Amino acid sequence: MSTTGLISRNKIHPLRLALFISCGSILMMFGALTSAYIVRQSAGNWLEFDLPTLFYVSTGALLLSSVSLQACYSAFLKGHATMYRGLLALTLVLGLAFVILQFQAWEAMFDAGLPLKGNPSPSFVYVLSGLHAAHVLGGLVSLVVAVIHGFRLPVLATPRRKLRLQLTLTYWHFMDFLWIYLLLFFVLQR
Amino acid sequence: MSSVITRPQNEQAFIEEDGYEDHFHDHHHGDKYQSNFVTTYIFSMDHKMIAKQFLITGMFWAVIGAAMSLVFRLQLGFPAGDISWLEPFLGKWITISSSGVGSLSTEFYYAMVTMHGTILVFFVLTAGLSGTFSNLLIPLQVGARDMASPLLNMLSYWFFFLAGAVMFASLFLSTGPFSGGWTAYPPLSALPQASTGSAAGMTLWLVSLTLFVVSVLLGGINYVTTVLNLRTKGMSMWRLPLTIWAFFVTAIIGILSFPVLVSGFLLLMFDRGMGTSFYLSEIFIGGQALDHVGGSPLLYQHLFWFLGHPEVYIIVLPAMGIVSEVLAVNARKPIFGYKAMVYSILAIAFLSFIVWAHHMFMSGVNPFISNFFVIFTLIIAVPSAVKVFNWISTLYRGSIRFNSASLFAIGFVSMFISGGLTGIWLGNSSIDIQLHDTYFVVAHFHIVMGVAAFFGMYAGVYHWFPKMYGRFMNETLGQIHFWGTIISAYAIFWPMHYLGMAGVPRRYYSFANFDFTSQFGAMNAFITVAAFVAFSFQILMIVNFFYSMYKGKKMTTRNPYNATTLEWTTPIEGIHGNWPGKIPSVHRWAYDYGKFGEDAISQYVPVSEAEAEADKELVH
Ligand code: HEM
Ligand SMILES: [Cu+2]
Repeated sequence: MSTTGLISRNKIHPLRLALFISCGSILMMFGALTSAYIVRQSAGNWLEFDLPTLFYVSTGALLLSSVSLQACYSAFLKGHATMYRGLLALTLVLGLAFVILQFQAWEAMFDAGLPLKGNPSPSFVYVLSGLHAAHVLGGLVSLVVAVIHGFRLPVLATPRRKLRLQLTLTYWHFMDFLWIYLLLFFVLQR
Repeated sequence: MSSVITRPQNEQAFIEEDGYEDHFHDHHHGDKYQSNFVTTYIFSMDHKMIAKQFLITGMFWAVIGAAMSLVFRLQLGFPAGDISWLEPFLGKWITISSSGVGSLSTEFYYAMVTMHGTILVFFVLTAGLSGTFSNLLIPLQVGARDMASPLLNMLSYWFFFLAGAVMFASLFLSTGPFSGGWTAYPPLSALPQASTGSAAGMTLWLVSLTLFVVSVLLGGINYVTTVLNLRTKGMSMWRLPLTIWAFFVTAIIGILSFPVLVSGFLLLMFDRGMGTSFYLSEIFIGGQALDHVGGSPLLYQHLFWFLGHPEVYIIVLPAMGIVSEVLAVNARKPIFGYKAMVYSILAIAFLSFIVWAHHMFMSGVNPFISNFFVIFTLIIAVPSAVKVFNWISTLYRGSIRFNSASLFAIGFVSMFISGGLTGIWLGNSSIDIQLHDTYFVVAHFHIVMGVAAFFGMYAGVYHWFPKMYGRFMNETLGQIHFWGTIISAYAIFWPMHYLGMAGVPRRYYSFANFDFTSQFGAMNAFITVAAFVAFSFQILMIVNFFYSMYKGKKMTTRNPYNATTLEWTTPIEGIHGNWPGKIPSVHRWAYDYGKFGEDAISQYVPVSEAEAEADKELVH
């Protein structure tokens, strides 16, 4: 991105710092919604239901994708081209699988008689997991870019490309963390 | 006695010798920056140009928003008056009676009140104020070539522009713009059939404000990153001017609170569009029961005010920063209690997150919980008072230069005191039973936020106009503008306290039907006249602004005020990258005024051994 020529005398790259701050911002958004959930729940008239099991399957996919992207990053640093490319593709597949699984989980909820409309208890689950999925889609876009770079450019850990992959990695881990938070929240805040 | 201060002979030559070499001018940036009309003036990535874009767009919205207030003030001041002359502009929103008397339609009255609040709070006092000055001053005063990401910075402006375009379009809908108040409480905001403005008008309102939040976040992330990461050599956090501290903390507040507003909006969008019941419960419209059950409108109020209260500090903190800087420069004294100023900014920022329910004392929150919010609300008065004390002490025994900028800065302090005191009244939940939703609240927030923030903005515009356009604004017109504005602003808002104490409610179309409200007819007429007078003085300011842009007195030296901060070491004609060669290194804080008999010592001037010795003497 266009930061050429700007000096940064600190160790952390400005864009990396900007990404951390953005993550804080996203966190506030989810924090607000989970707080709203607690406030609304404590007011009573709250439907109890079991989370669709597909949520646990999707969690597995997302966790694996995080691990594979981390391994992909180390392979990139070491210059292991095949490993790097393979893991990059694997991450993308797992990421896509996560979104599809989330979609199926919503369908399962709907089929179990928990529509989006009606008691706010399931509505909250739809909105929170949906908003998370939307953010994962953003991550998938940057993964697609990473894959295109990975397969079309020579495998060379220049500072610029290292930074790019690192930013994708940070965001992806954050998505992972956020989902774990939401899942634990849904399970524990009953 | 010869001075202990050793000044470099030639500023530019010294910066080339002592400054920080970042090899900025080694690469050629010409093709990406300012190479043609479009990249220079429209899709500019230069922070100085983006600042001007924010300012001019903010001015545009200020005129629109203020004109709207005149329209509804006419209704309040002269309810029986004939306004059929407005028909060419407002069309069907003016209803003409059989006897030929034109009056404002009730829906449009509410639409105008709503748009006035939304536009002034978000587009003028958030984007126009912190957008302008954060952009202009952060890179110049911390010693950076530009923002951390010029691209995101450009997008920040264009998202703001887009938000404005959408809101502007909503003014021309056949059902009118949103009309449920700037706070957009459900059910008026959640049910498209609730009122005419709740239909398409509300949809566009939501789209517009969501775009606006994107703009604020892109800008804020950039400001924070730039301040943390791109300060020049020697510019420690404790050497930053208070302007930068204020913009920095403002950006952090925005980054943490605006996403919460988006969360609130998201649930609202689901209620509007998807039939969910987050905020809606057991509602009848036109005798028909809706199938929304189980929602809570209080939930929205919590989410809204969790942003809403910090938002008022997002508006006022940049003004405070500007005022601190302008007062120190024009009193020729260091700002009194620099560290206390920084700590009170931080304290205000922290407290602003835990007082939101003081807007909900009367909404049915548990009175026991209200007590906590009362206490934290009253504690905010402490850091606020520290700041006021420090501004006054800065002025005390200063050799004050009275000019447009410093007058507006002093006016800010006056306004902030007047409005802050009424805040303490409102902060007590028991007094709020009487005062909530009356004109007392209107008086409070217009004085402490509306007028005060405008004063801060004006101080900044008069002070930094030369930095933006290389010319000075006309001083005489500026001072007329100041006196006209402060007098008419108090004339508008002071009487409103009495209306409020008598229980006159805000947001009413007409006060004719009750004795306790209709007795204030003359006072309301007076307020309306004062509002027109105030508006005309602002037109004078705008004339001065554009006139001076082309015809104002030219700036002939780099540092016309003999100020200490780094923006006055850059060339008169702004260039891409701000400094022609190296970036100045910083050797001292931003407020060395009157030190050892020197009028002012710029931040780039090194501390000589003699000065260091003399400093030690001072401490002992
Ligand atoms: C000493 C500090 C302050 C205290 C204790 C305070 C207290 C309050 C309280 C309790 C209310 C709610 C009144 C009601 O609705 O019944 C209120 C309203 C308001 N205050 Fe303040 N305030 C303070 C300073 C400020 C500042 C510095 C600003 C802005 C820069 C501000 C802006 C507002 C606004 C915009 C509203 C009304 C919002 C609305 O209902 O539309 N206040 N204040
Ligand atoms: Cu407040």
